[in-house]
Amino acid sequence: MSGLSPSPEMAPPSASSAPAAFQRRSPVKVALWSIPITVVLIAVPWVVDEYQTILLAYGLAMAIAVLGFNLLLGYTGLLSFGHSAFFGVGAYAVAFMVKYLHVQSMELFLLAAIVGSGVVTVVFGYVCVRYTRIFFSILALALSQVLWSLAYKFFWVTGGTDGLRVPTPKLLGVGPAEGEDKIHFLTHRYYYYVLVVFVICVAVMWLVVHSPFGKALQAIRDNETRAQFIGIRIRAYRFMAFLISGIFTGIAGALWVPLNGLTTPDILNWQFSGEIVFMAVLGGFRNFTGPIVGAVVFNYLKTYAVGFTVYWQALLGIVLVVLVFVLPTGIVGTTKLLWARTRRRTSR
Amino acid sequence: MDILVVHLFNALLYASVLFLIAGGLSLIYGVMRIVNLAHGNLFAIGAFATASAVGQWFAGSTSGWLFLLLPVGAILAALIGAALEPTLLRPLYKRPEEYQLLVTFGLLMILEDVMRFVWGPYPISASVLFEKLGSMHVGEFIYPRYNLVVIAVGGLAALFLWAFIYRTKFGVVLRATSQDMRRASALGINVNLVYVEAFTIGCFMAGLAGAVVVPSQSAVLGMGVDALILAFIVVVIGGLGSLEGALVGALIVGVIREIGITVFPEIELAVLYLIAAGVLFIRPAGLFGRTA
Repeated sequence: MSGLSPSPEMAPPSASSAPAAFQRRSPVKVALWSIPITVVLIAVPWVVDEYQTILLAYGLAMAIAVLGFNLLLGYTGLLSFGHSAFFGVGAYAVAFMVKYLHVQSMELFLLAAIVGSGVVTVVFGYVCVRYTRIFFSILALALSQVLWSLAYKFFWVTGGTDGLRVPTPKLLGVGPAEGEDKIHFLTHRYYYYVLVVFVICVAVMWLVVHSPFGKALQAIRDNETRAQFIGIRIRAYRFMAFLISGIFTGIAGALWVPLNGLTTPDILNWQFSGEIVFMAVLGGFRNFTGPIVGAVVFNYLKTYAVGFTVYWQALLGIVLVVLVFVLPTGIVGTTKLLWARTRRRTSR
Repeated sequence: MDILVVHLFNALLYASVLFLIAGGLSLIYGVMRIVNLAHGNLFAIGAFATASAVGQWFAGSTSGWLFLLLPVGAILAALIGAALEPTLLRPLYKRPEEYQLLVTFGLLMILEDVMRFVWGPYPISASVLFEKLGSMHVGEFIYPRYNLVVIAVGGLAALFLWAFIYRTKFGVVLRATSQDMRRASALGINVNLVYVEAFTIGCFMAGLAGAVVVPSQSAVLGMGVDALILAFIVVVIGGLGSLEGALVGALIVGVIREIGITVFPEIELAVLYLIAAGVLFIRPAGLFGRTA
């Protein structure tokens, strides 16, 4: 398999799982799907208990990260094993703002995360996008581990393995009300804050992947040589994709850290990158919605696996292996396939 | 002057363990083009198996015969490798790389917990072997003799592997399969068998590394993942799939780490990763790698 010939697996001809299927979808149809889901997400804090709401908030924050990650894996064909770096930079940017600048505003946190992860992605991206395939993955992994080891060793700056504490932030200049407990704040106002940022991010990503730029990325993924022939500047496009991807993941890190209340070097370690990859595969990385579903489901899966057994890691590992062998298109891809099959059967 | 000798020994000690791990990783990649993320776990399994054989089954014994138990870890890792390749990895060779990475990542998570299940969450040591050999004088410094054994094992492994690959018929078959699997298969080589053997040898080396390490340090959970990342640095510097590269890479990492620990301990790891990234940047295939 030379790097030039398109491998059949990389470009599945079945339109049912390819992102191209979205092209034919009218805006009305998209609204038909997305509006009810948004309404359900808005209703969640009033329907389910606080614990579930917080879990969902974690899931939505992670969904932004995986959405960004999937711009590289699903749309550009680059598997990054270093996305923990951008997530961690987002989270640590917030923690540094709290510790050294005594900032409390969530908007400034997000800005810091965007700037911080943007700077790091520019540096990493400049190096990484020269390569593809396994070299890209390992280079991203090596660079992310540099940040991890710095966070780990420079404990007087980063708190080392103890991490840095992040208190509840002020949203649009307003902190928790007098006497409001933290859980209530997180499950209501903070949850909606996360939801709004999530919806904006999904919309932006939707526009990106359906723009000519997004189509060019898919062309590069499917056939690098032909994409070059029709005049796409491959490296520049890959770099842009890398940048957008990293910033999305950085935003997710900033949203995640007030929920967690603490940031530790664990989120910079490459195993966390592995979890991000896991989420994308779980949902199905050949779909726009796959990463979102994957992130939310993974969060529940991990939480319950941890509560269920001390051997939760093995449980997740088995899920991953089974997923690759049995459901390589993930939850969303498989659902679509089944849906298409039943429709064909009923129409006959 | 004597301190330099001690530092040199330490660098060689580290390099020989790293060579065993990274050499196995590189051999596996060279033959079947798979980066085995669970490779570090096989190193840890080797460590745990030897540690429990020496420190638990024969606890209290100080007999010299205990040295015969050292290969236990290597053999167990090899057996596990021989079982894993045909079942989990073989169906993946025709699929894109991301699936191969994912399955071995899943395997990493599974094996980590299997070790926790079998050997429990506490460290196990086999220090009796380490103590038995005592120490010697290097000028005014005292140096444990056991470390020299580890250096010798690493050196001998490199020698045997070289002889095996470049001086035996099986080595020729292995290299042919590595260069062009289809043509080798057309010439009547049983490629599946070569793959199992290569994977088993790779795992044996990782297990051996774990086994020789464990008398001087305890077997702990998580040691596999740490080792994997260092092995990555080695193969990235040396070139994925190249055994010469793994040897040179291990020596470079061993020396830099020894210097790093004494001169710049805070950024020792960061420097190693940056060197790996720098090599990838200048020569993506590594110092000894073939440009694919």
